[in-house]
Amino acid sequence: MAAPLHTRAAGLDRTLFLVVPAALFMLLVFVYPFLYGLMLSFTPTEGGALANYIKFFTTDNLWPTIGTTLKLAMPATLINVGLAIPIAYQMRRKSPYQKWVTTILVVPITLGTVLIAEGMLTYFGPRGWLSQTLQFFHLYEGPIRLTHNYWGVLISLIISGFPFVFLLILSYITGIDPVLARAAATLGADPWQQFKQIYWPLLIPGIAMAFCLAFVQAFSVFPSAVLLGAPQGPTRVISIAAYEAAFEQYDYSLASAIAMLMGFVQLIIVAFVLGMRRVFYRGPVTGGKG
Amino acid sequence: MKQDFSQLRLDKVTRRFAAAGAQSIAALDNMTLTVERGEFIALLGPSGCGKSTALNCIAGLLALSDGSICLDEERIDILPPEKRGFGMVFQNYALFPHMTVRRNIGFGLLMRGESSADIERKVEAVVRLVQLQGHEDKLPGQLSGGQQQRVAIARAIVIEPPLVLMDEPLSNLDAKLRLEMRAEIRRIHRELGRTTIYVTHDQDEALSLADRIVVIKDGRVQQIAPPAEIYGQPANLDVARFMGYRNVLSLDVASQADGRAQLSSPGLRLQGMIKQPLGAKAAAAIRPEELIVGDGPNAIDGKIENVEYSGRDSLLDVITPAGIRLHVRSVVHPAVGAQVRLSVPPERVLVYPAESNQ
Repeated sequence: MAAPLHTRAAGLDRTLFLVVPAALFMLLVFVYPFLYGLMLSFTPTEGGALANYIKFFTTDNLWPTIGTTLKLAMPATLINVGLAIPIAYQMRRKSPYQKWVTTILVVPITLGTVLIAEGMLTYFGPRGWLSQTLQFFHLYEGPIRLTHNYWGVLISLIISGFPFVFLLILSYITGIDPVLARAAATLGADPWQQFKQIYWPLLIPGIAMAFCLAFVQAFSVFPSAVLLGAPQGPTRVISIAAYEAAFEQYDYSLASAIAMLMGFVQLIIVAFVLGMRRVFYRGPVTGGKG
Repeated sequence: MKQDFSQLRLDKVTRRFAAAGAQSIAALDNMTLTVERGEFIALLGPSGCGKSTALNCIAGLLALSDGSICLDEERIDILPPEKRGFGMVFQNYALFPHMTVRRNIGFGLLMRGESSADIERKVEAVVRLVQLQGHEDKLPGQLSGGQQQRVAIARAIVIEPPLVLMDEPLSNLDAKLRLEMRAEIRRIHRELGRTTIYVTHDQDEALSLADRIVVIKDGRVQQIAPPAEIYGQPANLDVARFMGYRNVLSLDVASQADGRAQLSSPGLRLQGMIKQPLGAKAAAAIRPEELIVGDGPNAIDGKIENVEYSGRDSLLDVITPAGIRLHVRSVVHPAVGAQVRLSVPPERVLVYPAESNQ
């Protein structure tokens, strides 16, 4: 083979300059504050460089916040992903309902966390509609406690996180060529096998991605943990600990250390999930030349 | 699922699609066809004519609006595709991108619950048949178009289906590969003798592959006949046009007798064979390659307007004094502007009733 007649010299692609504003923005509002916070976390008000981290892991109302947050974020993410997969799968074909169902499911994303929390207080509270309705029909007589505890925060995380997960997974599912499932059907695969053999393996990378994003979102829960939870007890999540350190004890250094640990835990989970993704097929999700 | 059968019968198969408003359009209208075991049937027609709809109805991927499909005595149009057990080759192959060639081909056997030893043996045999040895552990994305095509065919035939359905399987390949794969499909059909229904818009493909051709236009079956008959004796003007009768002349019927008609128009007299009952006006269809440059029966004088040289022969545009344009394929290469006399044997002038919109 002869060499190509004209190769483009390694000239600068000028569209590269379009990245500059975003890069500057990231540098100023993300990279710099992050590095500053990292430095700050190693310069405690007293003690050695690791004093904040030692303090975190030896103080009884600090280190358990990691577990508390995981106990909220993990189930919320798993439930959201678990609910989103079957619903999105049913919505994969264009249908008259698709638009409506999608709209209804996505509405919570447009409401802020605080608005959802306020609504939940009136709906799920001891004197709320849910409670009154159940009592009116004599379905459940006892008091219903779904606010100011673990369940309140979990429900709010599901409501606010679900639309996001659903939209992500829906876009992955609709990206899979439906002809593949039809081909599987002609080869004898019933609807369950079509899902298991075709959609599921092709979806795993997308689901892993959705899981990571939803988890990171849930792990940094703050307003609903305060408004709907028991911020001094079962829903004392890690962001509350950081908030208290920063704005009640005015120990920015400790708050930075807590924030770093929070990021670290998120990083471990995300790295693990994305690492798992490598095991599975990642590539085009269409069946050959289009 | 039946492994064998003697007849596949489509009876008045109709499929309507909802269109704008409350109207519905019949993409396939009253298709009736009987396929004998071992036949190679081509469904031929322009794109959008309903041939793929027909195939999808047989495969079970589309429900019928009306009519029935029977395999011998068993009615199959009510079964889902996975219960019919027909092998299907899709236009874009629809290979499972996350499975190796081996797993793609073995998929249908796996779904039938065959043992892994059986699957391995059968896959190996069919890989040899489609000449894909050495590619078994590749993913579809690592194969060329022709190889993907072979995997798709192998996947459809390894389950030993009573019926193989192919939906324009060659349309994504380049011209050379298309010819090769065409021979390949013919060879595989000859070796296995599997009943095949093949959808195509390419008349050469249909002519070279099929035992019988079903010509479809606007959802309706126009003609069902062996290739030679479709080629030589199109049942109507639409089929004739589609089969390469590029010259369609509008003429008055002067007289008709013994299946022959005398036609005339200002400056032109033609004798031809009547294919359908005629009224006062007729359309005469002639292939470009059957018009001969030189004197003979049905002589037509004209002037060369354009010459497209294509190697062995040339495509001439000839215009008569009355302004009728004729396409002629000729091994003589006259110059543009030259006066020529054309002739055509009456047996090769097919006369149909004039189209109502003319």
